[in-house]
Amino acid sequence: MGTINVSREYSVKEKMFLPAIIQGMIITLKRFIQGFIFHKKYTIMYPEERRNYSQRFRGMHFISVDENKVENCTACFLCETVCPAECIHIVAEERDSASNPYGVRKEKKPLSFDIEVLRCCFCGFCEEACPKDAIKLSRNYELSILSRQEGIYDLNHLKREVKGRG
Amino acid sequence: MDIFTLAQLLAKIVFVFAVCLGVIPFLVWFERRGSAWIQGRVGPNRVGPFGLIQPFADVAKFFFKEFWTPAEANKWYYHLAPIFALVAPMAALTVIPFGSYLMIGDQIVNLQIANVNSGVLFILAFAGLEVYPIIVAGWASNNKYSILGALRGSSQIISYEISMGLALLSMLLVYGTFDLHSMVAWQGQKFFGFVPAWGVFINPIGALIFWISTFAETNRLPFDLPEGDSEIVAGYHLEYGAMKFALFFMAEYVAMIMASALLVTLFFGGYQLLPGVQAAVDAIVSMNGLSDAAAQNLKAVFQFGCLFLKVAFFMVVMIWVRWTFPRFRFDQVINLGWKMLFPLALANVVFMSVVVYLMS
Repeated sequence: MGTINVSREYSVKEKMFLPAIIQGMIITLKRFIQGFIFHKKYTIMYPEERRNYSQRFRGMHFISVDENKVENCTACFLCETVCPAECIHIVAEERDSASNPYGVRKEKKPLSFDIEVLRCCFCGFCEEACPKDAIKLSRNYELSILSRQEGIYDLNHLKREVKGRG
Repeated sequence: MDIFTLAQLLAKIVFVFAVCLGVIPFLVWFERRGSAWIQGRVGPNRVGPFGLIQPFADVAKFFFKEFWTPAEANKWYYHLAPIFALVAPMAALTVIPFGSYLMIGDQIVNLQIANVNSGVLFILAFAGLEVYPIIVAGWASNNKYSILGALRGSSQIISYEISMGLALLSMLLVYGTFDLHSMVAWQGQKFFGFVPAWGVFINPIGALIFWISTFAETNRLPFDLPEGDSEIVAGYHLEYGAMKFALFFMAEYVAMIMASALLVTLFFGGYQLLPGVQAAVDAIVSMNGLSDAAAQNLKAVFQFGCLFLKVAFFMVVMIWVRWTFPRFRFDQVINLGWKMLFPLALANVVFMSVVVYLMS
């Protein structure tokens, strides 16, 4: 058991190494000329150029709002229940529908709606579960933060993010 | 020593070291941009036009980094090693002739800093010294990876220095002198009236062996085993940071320049004009009706330009090779050194001595 030695006769050309070396050098020379003269590159110049992700890409969360900037969320807790990472924390309160007659006409609204994005796995279940299409995942993938505290998206943050997906 | 001798000597020293250190940022830039082009990337392109200022930005960064020394390191040798690494190849550069001579007034200025009779031995001595910083740095850092790199460096240099020396010996047989200036002058002859009598046409095998050895000598890929980033982190300079690392980094490039200059001097005609340049010089001289001294000075300038171009070519090839080939395995390096290059170099010396004996 163990290793099987497969021996192969090397030709004189292969034993010389030099032809293969020159072959390799020619390949890199071609690549060099492609890069140097024709500017062939695979790099995406990131801040200027963006990678074009799928329309269905799931990025930063947001809560859709109506024209009065009132969230569509009714604090039904479906997203919190379905969330496999248990990263959504909602505190509900009573909604004063009279102050916003064209908005959502349910008696509950979230007092606080926190998403611990560091625990989130971006599965999108919350979005699927939401009966009001309130919580959504945008295509924004630039989620870098400078502290753990910023990793908790509160209601204000979620309402600010308004770019939807296609 | 009169004041003129002193002045011209100082001017030459400043000139050679300024050119040598001045091209390093561009070499670093080319190494990074060139590798990017080869690999279909872009490379540093943000600092300055085409990213040309990037090496200077790097140096500024190196200066402002913390000057950190490992607690268990041998302080004296630890700080000595990077200095030595830079000084050894620079000292070797002093005997490389970079032009025939200049006529200033009626004085002849030899374009070589130190006209050592046995210039080749001087260079070999300092080239051999290049491995000491590696060993010293590796040992003094008190780090397992560093000492592994140092050991690899030393055994690799031993296996290559011999074939390098033998390749050199075969050229010494041809030139019959240890003086680099007369070697280059010898290569000024022409075969059949048009082929320049460069060492590479006389002794191609020796040139090839010497060329391969310079890669091992300067610890460049495919022989960069002392560094071997993927297996021993950074090898001998693992514990070095900030400017101390920058010194090692610069030393690598100075060593490359030195090795390429030596290769060019021995095998590719040194400062001898490239084919066709002589005609251009003659044309300029006859058009402007220059005197003999001015013509000689012009020729010396062109000679330096040709040497520069030749060395630049070999530097580019070194960088090109680096981004083409993977690193050799250690046993492969030793096998190549002792079982292929050494016997080949030895046979080449015998062959060349027979040739020289028959020709003379």
